[in-house]
Amino acid sequence: MKDARRGPGALTAVLITALAVLAVVAVVSVGVGAHAIPPVDVVRALVAFDGSSDHVVVRDIRVPRAVLALGAGAALAAAGVLVQVLTRNPLAEPGVLGVTAGSGFAIAVGSALGLTASAVGELVVAVLGAVAATLLVYSVGRGSPLRLVLTGVALSSVLAGVSLGLRLMIPEVFDKYRFWSVGSLAGREQAPSALPLAVIAVGVVCALLLGRQLDVIALGESAAHGLGASVTRVRAASLLLITVLAGTATAIAGPILFVGLMVPHVARRLAGASVPWAMALAVVLGPVLLLVADTASRVLLPTGEVPVAIVTAFLGGPVLVWAVRRYGAAAL
Amino acid sequence: MPTPAVPTPDPKTPDVETPVRAVAPSALVVRIGPISALVERRTLVMASALTLVVLGLALVGLCYGPTWASPAKVFDALTGARGGSNVVIREWRLPRVLAAVAFGAALGAAGAVFQNITRNPMGSPDVIGLDAGAYTGALIAITVLSGSPAQLALSSVVGGLLTAAAVYLLSAGGGTSGLRLVVIGIAVNATLTALNSWIVLRSELEVAIAAVGWNAGSLNGVDWADVTVPFAIIAVLLVLLAVQSRAAQQSALGSDVAVTTGVRLEPLRLRLVLIGVCCTATVTAVAGPIAFIALAAPQIGRRLAGAPGIPVLPAALTGAALLLGADLVAQMLLQPVSLPVGVISTAIGGCYLMWLLAKEVRRR
Repeated sequence: MKDARRGPGALTAVLITALAVLAVVAVVSVGVGAHAIPPVDVVRALVAFDGSSDHVVVRDIRVPRAVLALGAGAALAAAGVLVQVLTRNPLAEPGVLGVTAGSGFAIAVGSALGLTASAVGELVVAVLGAVAATLLVYSVGRGSPLRLVLTGVALSSVLAGVSLGLRLMIPEVFDKYRFWSVGSLAGREQAPSALPLAVIAVGVVCALLLGRQLDVIALGESAAHGLGASVTRVRAASLLLITVLAGTATAIAGPILFVGLMVPHVARRLAGASVPWAMALAVVLGPVLLLVADTASRVLLPTGEVPVAIVTAFLGGPVLVWAVRRYGAAAL
Repeated sequence: MPTPAVPTPDPKTPDVETPVRAVAPSALVVRIGPISALVERRTLVMASALTLVVLGLALVGLCYGPTWASPAKVFDALTGARGGSNVVIREWRLPRVLAAVAFGAALGAAGAVFQNITRNPMGSPDVIGLDAGAYTGALIAITVLSGSPAQLALSSVVGGLLTAAAVYLLSAGGGTSGLRLVVIGIAVNATLTALNSWIVLRSELEVAIAAVGWNAGSLNGVDWADVTVPFAIIAVLLVLLAVQSRAAQQSALGSDVAVTTGVRLEPLRLRLVLIGVCCTATVTAVAGPIAFIALAAPQIGRRLAGAPGIPVLPAALTGAALLLGADLVAQMLLQPVSLPVGVISTAIGGCYLMWLLAKEVRRR
């Protein structure tokens, strides 16, 4: 964010470009898979549905999946921007901080206990898991950005070990929740997703509205007080949004790492110093990344699919290295 | 593995005792021929106690199984009498128990080496991605090459070394913060773990099944054919490490102290890193990535020994005890199913890591 603020005109152009990229990526991702469908047919299936098998595949499988990727990507990216601005920590991210792992674990345990029969129940369990993980990681890791990351990674590995143990201990109950340990969009199209998507939409809108206040907070606590911002209230609202967005994204797609790290970095570079613009760009670029990763996850294997979380982890590791090198020397 | 030097305070040379007492009342001089060494009394007590613990756990490990064998029967099986249920003890349980001891010692020693070099209790090979890198090498040997034991060992060592070099180079140039290296290592670890999962998913079904059981690090199904070569390699590595231990101990006191007492620091570090990576990679090539032992054993061993720096011997003994214990828990928890020991060690290791971090925060 060393560059000065860009003008609103330039930023609008960037945003429109990002939206165009999103549209292209979405159409391509709907076309790619075990059965390839040319982009022209994809568009035709959307505007003039004729009931052919290609069109049914597009309408009932590919499009719902792309919509899920859109929702989860936007939620994770928005949560990532919020975490990074709030903690003033360029390494922070809901996945790395163990928030999505806590949420996924809570869903797995909740499912075994029969708490997630309804969509509302699942969502509540997911968000509670995210809240618990956030509080735990923050209380242990506060003080240093790197320590926060380490704590999140430690928590994730504990939960991974425990859930693998539970799965082996009570296979009949836990085996179908294997999904909750590695995020994936495969087979999720059929799950009822209206409620989580609605929650994400509301959450993203709130995050965009909060951008202005966060802009002030990013200047530092005393400056924010001086400018009349209610620091405590904005912090509480951001924290609530982070856990709700990360938890809901996990309820859709399982724990996914690094999307909330990569996208905010790109968005904040493009947006200069403006948090609202960074948030808007992140909300568009998050789905782009997740759609690309999800499309890649379908073609990386000769048969079957790689969980999308593996693709994002592969891409995200180098970005974390870059972030430590770029920001590490000054902040740590 | 290095057996602790037997304390033989020579009764014929009482004059040696006097100057030693002047240095430290708790120390002993050990003389074996022309070689003499100063040994802390506490280190000796600790080493003997840990050795006893390891032997006790090993005995339990030999007795434990679907059918419990009495200790008398175990001794019987070990000392002679072939055939019958003795085969089970000698051919199935013994290699597994010995593997737990040797691998635990190797991991503990490697952890001590890296924690000394990074000067950070979290800078252990499993946290900074060396396990994952060695595992990538092993997976390539299995899927691309034919997967003979020699290829496995070599390519996992190469994988571990490349990872170590990558982590070192990536974290260089921004001050000497140990945490920075650890977080970069974690990032490298994440990428490599993703790569490993992809390789496993891509491979043929039977390879994938073998490798998935192995993904968490496991001693299930280890037999003599798997372990003889690794045992020899680990023995050589531990002896090499023991030879360096005095210089390593000096360097643990600080670079300045080490240099003024005549230690050539850079070559020493390079040798130590090579030994540490080879220890980790050898274990990973046979058992897969077993987390936590390299992280916790040096710290526990250090507290038991009450020594400055992070001494290697207590770390190796503690590592052997930890891995034996974890493997027993892994076998007992869900019997008759035997869990991969890495599952147990990951769960405990994560808790330990968080405790370590929480303690650091409180200290501030």
